Amino acid sequence: MSIVQPHEAHWFEASARERIAGLLDPDSFTEFLDPSQRAMSPHLAQFNLTGAFDDGLVVGSGRLKGEVVFVAAQEGRFLGGAFGEIHGGKLVGLLRAARDLASKNGPRGVLLLLDTGGVRLQEANAGELSISETIHAIIEARLAGVAVVALIGGRAGAFGGGGIVTACCSRIIVSQHARIGVSGPEVIETNKGVEEFDSKDRGLVWRITGGRTRALLGGADRYVRDRIKDFRAAAIDLMANAPPFSAATLAAEQQRLADRLQRYGECRDAPEIWRKAGIFEPDRIADISDDAFLAVPRPAGASHDAR
Amino acid sequence: MEQFQVRGTATRRAPGSRRQAIIGVNASGNLEVLIERVLPDNECLVEVATAITGFRDLWEAVITEFFERSSPGGLRFSINDTGARPETVTLRLMQGLRIMEDEQ
Repeated sequence: MSIVQPHEAHWFEASARERIAGLLDPDSFTEFLDPSQRAMSPHLAQFNLTGAFDDGLVVGSGRLKGEVVFVAAQEGRFLGGAFGEIHGGKLVGLLRAARDLASKNGPRGVLLLLDTGGVRLQEANAGELSISETIHAIIEARLAGVAVVALIGGRAGAFGGGGIVTACCSRIIVSQHARIGVSGPEVIETNKGVEEFDSKDRGLVWRITGGRTRALLGGADRYVRDRIKDFRAAAIDLMANAPPFSAATLAAEQQRLADRLQRYGECRDAPEIWRKAGIFEPDRIADISDDAFLAVPRPAGASHDAR
Repeated sequence: MEQFQVRGTATRRAPGSRRQAIIGVNASGNLEVLIERVLPDNECLVEVATAITGFRDLWEAVITEFFERSSPGGLRFSINDTGARPETVTLRLMQGLRIMEDEQ
């Protein structure tokens, strides 16, 4: 279908459909509500916008190294991958189905290929509601024993409600391109001024929100090269080792975050944290190759089972 | 937003056995095309929804040329567009036709 072998392709450049094709076992994907069913946004036309036949979210079932999984992939280039009514409804429905089928030989896990700026402004109320429902559905799926794994490395990152959704997952996989946050850089600058956060300083944006920072601080569980096959290998590994979701898990994560705040709360930029953490050449973290970065030992409190 | 259809006649059935395919992304300067094998073998149709108004003549010229060049009998092409240039439209239509040639 694609000229580039999807398995070898870069995650960042790939479409939502190409990511799914390369992530899952070959030809194992079955789409729910495929484009020909035209489950499209009813709101965009009044803003003179054309929709997408899948409303920017591809959902379905497939196999990951033989195990049945559900998968949802946001298309970050369509309206910034943002959550709207149909888009959110498809995601919530998928997660609830995973929850309901968990005790009936259903999917082992759900893979969330997030690539989103958050809520779609044109249908904001529906989008906000769908974020809340998604969070609820992730928690219920995890309580039912389904691992929910976030995979992030696209153009839009995971911002707004997408950042909160990410943090609710069992495990998080990122590449260097991945940016995770709630208020995006432009939002912070608009509200607090350029002295607080210069959104045009790309180095700063990546040092604060980027995949390497998230991985070193424990905001992501696995850092991978920007290759679909690397995301696949990490997903196989993490799916098999996802922690149970319990009060003890939450208490441990709360303690880990409190300790982290205690340790690094005064720092103004990421290299200050790396220096405190004793990382060799802290100012070069953003510049080294992926292979060199993968060899950097994680600071204390970043490797954890408390998500 | 503007919506319209362009109908054509085809001299042959588009080869392959795929029932449907989708190509492209509806983003700025781009478009998505959903291709479905739902028409009689001697008909073809493109349904356009574009956020940019005022270029219907150009769309019709591009699509008519595609019909004449490729004769995609039996196929309905549905487009969601946000200002793709004509050569991008032709490229996506040709890509879509190529994918439909796959055997299933």
